[in-house]
Amino acid sequence: MSVSEFFQHFMNGLTLGGIYALIALGYTMVYGILKFINFAHGDILMVGAYVGLFTYNALRGDASLGAWTVISFFIAMAVAMVACGGLGVVIERVAYRPLRHAARLAPLLSAIGVSFMLSNSAAWAFGTQSRKFDYPFDNTPINIKGVIITPHQIMILAVAAVMMVALALFVDKTRMGKAMRATSIDQDTAMLMGINVDRVISLTFAVGSALAATGGILIALDFKAYPSMGMMTGLKAFVAAVVGGIGNIQGAMLGGIILGLLETFGVAVLGIPTGMKDTIAFGVLILILLIKPEGILGHAEKEKV
Amino acid sequence: MLNFFLLILIYTCIYALMAIGQNVITGYTGMLSMCQAGFFAIGSYATAILCTKFGWSFWATLPVSIGVSALFGFLIGLPTLRLKGDYLAIATLGFGEIVRNVLNNWDSLTNGPMGIQGIPMATIFGKKINPYTKVGFLILCVAFVLVAYFLFQRLARSRMGRALEAIREDEIAAASTGINITKYKVVAFMLGAGVAGVAGSLQAVFNLSVTPGTYTFMVSVIVLCMIVLGGMGNFFAAIFGSFIIQLISYFPQLTGLSSVFPPQFKQILFGLILVVMMIWRPQGILGRKEHLYGQDRKGGAR
Repeated sequence: MSVSEFFQHFMNGLTLGGIYALIALGYTMVYGILKFINFAHGDILMVGAYVGLFTYNALRGDASLGAWTVISFFIAMAVAMVACGGLGVVIERVAYRPLRHAARLAPLLSAIGVSFMLSNSAAWAFGTQSRKFDYPFDNTPINIKGVIITPHQIMILAVAAVMMVALALFVDKTRMGKAMRATSIDQDTAMLMGINVDRVISLTFAVGSALAATGGILIALDFKAYPSMGMMTGLKAFVAAVVGGIGNIQGAMLGGIILGLLETFGVAVLGIPTGMKDTIAFGVLILILLIKPEGILGHAEKEKV
Repeated sequence: MLNFFLLILIYTCIYALMAIGQNVITGYTGMLSMCQAGFFAIGSYATAILCTKFGWSFWATLPVSIGVSALFGFLIGLPTLRLKGDYLAIATLGFGEIVRNVLNNWDSLTNGPMGIQGIPMATIFGKKINPYTKVGFLILCVAFVLVAYFLFQRLARSRMGRALEAIREDEIAAASTGINITKYKVVAFMLGAGVAGVAGSLQAVFNLSVTPGTYTFMVSVIVLCMIVLGGMGNFFAAIFGSFIIQLISYFPQLTGLSSVFPPQFKQILFGLILVVMMIWRPQGILGRKEHLYGQDRKGGAR
């Protein structure tokens, strides 16, 4: 493999991984606080893609590519983030909060129910056909010394980087972020310190779902939007969160990028047939759970009696 | 109309077998597995391939289909059963998808997305059991469900059944009383997988063809819905739940209102059932309070 080929695959893997990382953040933040997997996260991503698509098409009208299409694209992204943030809060309020002290499997089953309802309601409302999300800019690839990069890939990296830096600043520097960290360490003590735990949990869902919306839109640009798009992507993002160490925000970013690279290089270098691409992620999941179940950046937790 | 009702009953029986398996895994042992569809598919394809390529009879394929499903249950179980509930759900979900992926892509054996057609009918004492006339096939299915019901009912009352319940209630306490957790979990998983394999074999000789599209994630969710609705840890409830869910699935066609209900009607309803049952009646329609889903989230007693 030549150097330019290597960088080509690296670039493709990195952008794919950037999207996984954005979605994985939502899983990991919720897990960090509630210790349960928000199964509906993948379907929130799908809703985000649809909201973004409809808003973008409505704003754009039949304008040709230019500054306005880019602006309306980012407006659409903002609208989708707000809508999904709201959706995440509502789902938590209705389907998860009543189960917060229920048996271990109850919230998980409830989440599976929510996921099923969302994806099938979308199929009912929007039809099962996939819809094309037009690039808001000229997506002619740029050739840099044999490495072909599309403007879309550059945008993915830029959006992912901005979102992650913003999230890191929010969690590390703000009062609300501090409350979030406190809640994830010990919910009861956080409550005793005067933190409104319910509010923190709502906020966590809002932020995670908003990030999922951006991930959904970025995926829809390349692979179209369809009602079941959230499932496989959501599962892979979850794998990414586990690889990095679930509950750990830096871990989700790292895990996403590792998974994206493994998938791209698995197909390109190891010659895994494209039809079997999806199995790579699950192979990685089972492997990491066997070798280092707490993930790369996670800390092993002893189970208490 | 009667014919249609028979169809519902046949599917009730096929799914009831899967629900019984899920009940051993989830209701008794407290592990949330999401790959009944995968074992169902393995059972179906085992029967389909052996019948069409090697000319075996349905009855001869049955032990193979149980064995292969249970073997995969063992293979997926061994590494993943060390995982906590949530991880296990995702890992098994992944396994279910991998099975479908392989069936779709392994053209030489499974004929890819086209599936396998022309599976011979099952015979009993030289008489063909024709799935189109339905009554005979229904009797066959009911016989299978009854046998499975009594076997698993016996199991639940045995030393092993008690061990499984102990694991569900508190793993650490169970281990400290000398229960070999890994062994019992793997065996429970293999049993659940094996009985789903039987359901798969029946499905193959009922439809006389198999295609990968039948064995989607939706099947696993439906089976889960059945035991949640009926009640965890109760084999009769699993069968009952299976009947209710099949009745709901075919409700639009049964009432002749299929043009009124959207095609996604039943899936949306299944999702709703999961959420609503969890919030208001987590023990299911027929379940009892003590048969809930493992220990409290804090690890203590409820």
